[in-house]
Amino acid sequence: MSTSPVVYLDHAATTPMLPEAIAAMTEELAQLGNPSSLHTAGRRARRVVEESREQIAGVFGSRASEVVFTSGGTEADNLAVKGLYWTRQAADPRRGRVLTTTVEHHAIFDSVRWLCEAHGARAEWLDVDSHGLVSADVLRDALSGDPASAAVASVMWANNEVGAVQPIAALAAVAHEFGVPFHTDAVQAAAQLPVDFAASGVDAMTVTAHKLGGPVGVGALILGKRLAPVPVLHGGGQERDIRSGTLDAPAIRAFAVAAVASAERRSLEAKRVAALRDDLIRQVLAAVPDAILNGPPPGPERLPGNAHFSFPGCEGDALLLLLDAKGIACSTGSACTAGVAEPSHVLLAMGADESRARGSLRFSLGHTSAQADVDALGAAIGEAVTRARRAAARSSARG
Amino acid sequence: MSGGVDSATAAARAVDAGHEVTGVHLALSANPQSYRTGARGCCTIEDARDARRAADVIGIPFYVWDMAERFARDVVDDFVAEYAAGRTPNPCLRCNEKIKFEAVLDRAVALGFDAVCTGHYARVSDSGALQRAADPGKDQSYVLAVLTRDQISHALFPLGDTPKSEVREEARSRGLLVADKPDSHDVCFIADGDTRGFLSRKLGSAPGKIIAQDGEVLGSHEGAHGFTIGQRKGLHLDRPSPDGRPRYVLSIEPVSNTVTVGPAAALGVREITAIRPVWTGIEPPATPIECQVQLRAHGEVHPCTAAVADGNLEIRLAGEARGVAAGQAAVLYDGATVLGSATISATR
Ligand SMILES: Cc1ncc(COP(=O)(O)O)c(C=O)c1O
Repeated sequence: MSTSPVVYLDHAATTPMLPEAIAAMTEELAQLGNPSSLHTAGRRARRVVEESREQIAGVFGSRASEVVFTSGGTEADNLAVKGLYWTRQAADPRRGRVLTTTVEHHAIFDSVRWLCEAHGARAEWLDVDSHGLVSADVLRDALSGDPASAAVASVMWANNEVGAVQPIAALAAVAHEFGVPFHTDAVQAAAQLPVDFAASGVDAMTVTAHKLGGPVGVGALILGKRLAPVPVLHGGGQERDIRSGTLDAPAIRAFAVAAVASAERRSLEAKRVAALRDDLIRQVLAAVPDAILNGPPPGPERLPGNAHFSFPGCEGDALLLLLDAKGIACSTGSACTAGVAEPSHVLLAMGADESRARGSLRFSLGHTSAQADVDALGAAIGEAVTRARRAAARSSARG
Repeated sequence: MSGGVDSATAAARAVDAGHEVTGVHLALSANPQSYRTGARGCCTIEDARDARRAADVIGIPFYVWDMAERFARDVVDDFVAEYAAGRTPNPCLRCNEKIKFEAVLDRAVALGFDAVCTGHYARVSDSGALQRAADPGKDQSYVLAVLTRDQISHALFPLGDTPKSEVREEARSRGLLVADKPDSHDVCFIADGDTRGFLSRKLGSAPGKIIAQDGEVLGSHEGAHGFTIGQRKGLHLDRPSPDGRPRYVLSIEPVSNTVTVGPAAALGVREITAIRPVWTGIEPPATPIECQVQLRAHGEVHPCTAAVADGNLEIRLAGEARGVAAGQAAVLYDGATVLGSATISATR
């Protein structure tokens, strides 16, 4: 019988809910009322939602009216990219280009691809360097040739696989030089970095609760007041007529509680987690000297909780199995179709070959991480890599 | 774990027996799209989900292993090539030999596991020989008989002692939701069950003649791969046989692309040559042995004499067998025990 993992190194997938968020949500679940109802119960629920909205706006440097609640990061990404594309296209049909990077999360990546396939959009995939970083110059080159054809630009604030932190303010400034709205997926950044909507200059920003200690299934698109993306979900128009659906007051309250708590602790936590992460990198490289750290070197260009390696000669999913058997949870960081691992498009975009992309693992730390977690990985990784190499060598010998 | 009741119950029994068990579902479809669309076949998203749910209920880790490339090469391509060569292959047997007990076993052993446990109905004797299952209707020793002694020593078949009906009962009482899922039967990679259509898509059409034993041309066909030895239906002959009796496919000649048909009496076979013998129940016999042979899955068992000559297996049947196709396995038994197997290459 497998039990829940003792060593959780997958905070980028989801991080444990903060106790205060669980308490707030539990309390709110017992309450009655649809925030859109006009009676007393509805008003009470509405008040919870609006107070939460203000708190979330405070944490992320926006106005309360700029917070559009969604069912999470995926929905907010879809709304931003599709909705802004449709709006900009309707205003001027020449605007057919969507500018984004080759390392986006699938919520952006697949939305852009779908716009191309189903709506005739043209994608402009901005190249990243070998660390996964995109430069303002790359965006400027892509825009300056034909700015009138650009509908929307979207670049993630921090990458979910290799932790690369993009120069968002500089990118947003370039987009604005050409009058193009700029969206950023800040799902990963919001948990570990100071993320300020107004100061960054972006027009739209995605956040989600479950990466910062809140519940799964709630998030927000923080959206400048002048922008009106075409809705993806039509209905009661609860959120500025841009997003429909009854608001989930318990989840929204827990989101706000978690956002406030994580912001309060953020700078101390970031230091603590970065120190653990640095030790994790040291221990892994000591046990497996030829492992390759993917992504930017530890520092301001890398999320403090992220470590991502390629282990030459290994299949990532074999390593994952072996570590899981030792109670260590991590991720291959790649998309799954019925559980079949595809090589990560992020690593391929960074110039890794397919075998390096397949042989990679992400370890991500968060608010519950401790030295013991890092030590457990350090103790297990060498043997796991030896076995995974043996398995890969056998299958290629037969193959 | 295929997503069916047998592998799920086998996994649960292995856990009960004290093993440390990890569930593995094989992704075998070369077209990952079928995981999304849920097309019928051996490796649909639905089956993967059923397998995962069973693993959850049993409480074991679960992984999907991508064996699509190996499967395409070692099973599907081989299947097509065998038909193209005028033989009738058994892909399940090939999959056991090359995928489950080679590719999967190799990987598992390298990762630190000791054995591959499946839901096959077969047993392994104390001395390490493969044996028929207790439930004769479900026995799958035939499709496992290609395994080497070493492969068998790393195999676990927890269902070998149990009738299928009891397995379903047990799955139900264990809370496995697949308890009532129907058995899979057809060739798993031919989703619509139309083997002939599949082969003509792969091999194209190659018109040729259908002739009688005396060489008289009786009709034409669109590709010899559409026929199996012993086939009666779908010959579309131009004229009936002189005696009005049905005619059967007697032989398939791939080079001249000719199918020969004749009366039932001509289907009878007394002698069989089979190549690449594997001996697992006994040492390769120095002198002829008296035993029984099975010539196709769920087929009859024939008393015979078997001997090794020039590295091949020569089988002389006590009586006559019908519809014996090259490419199938000849599996030798001594009662319930598999002695060895080989691939049928010629019949007389
Ligand atoms: C960068 C990024 N964007 C979007 C998402 C999707 O967010 P959600 O799980 O809330 O839909 C994730 C989380 O997996 C992510 O890491």
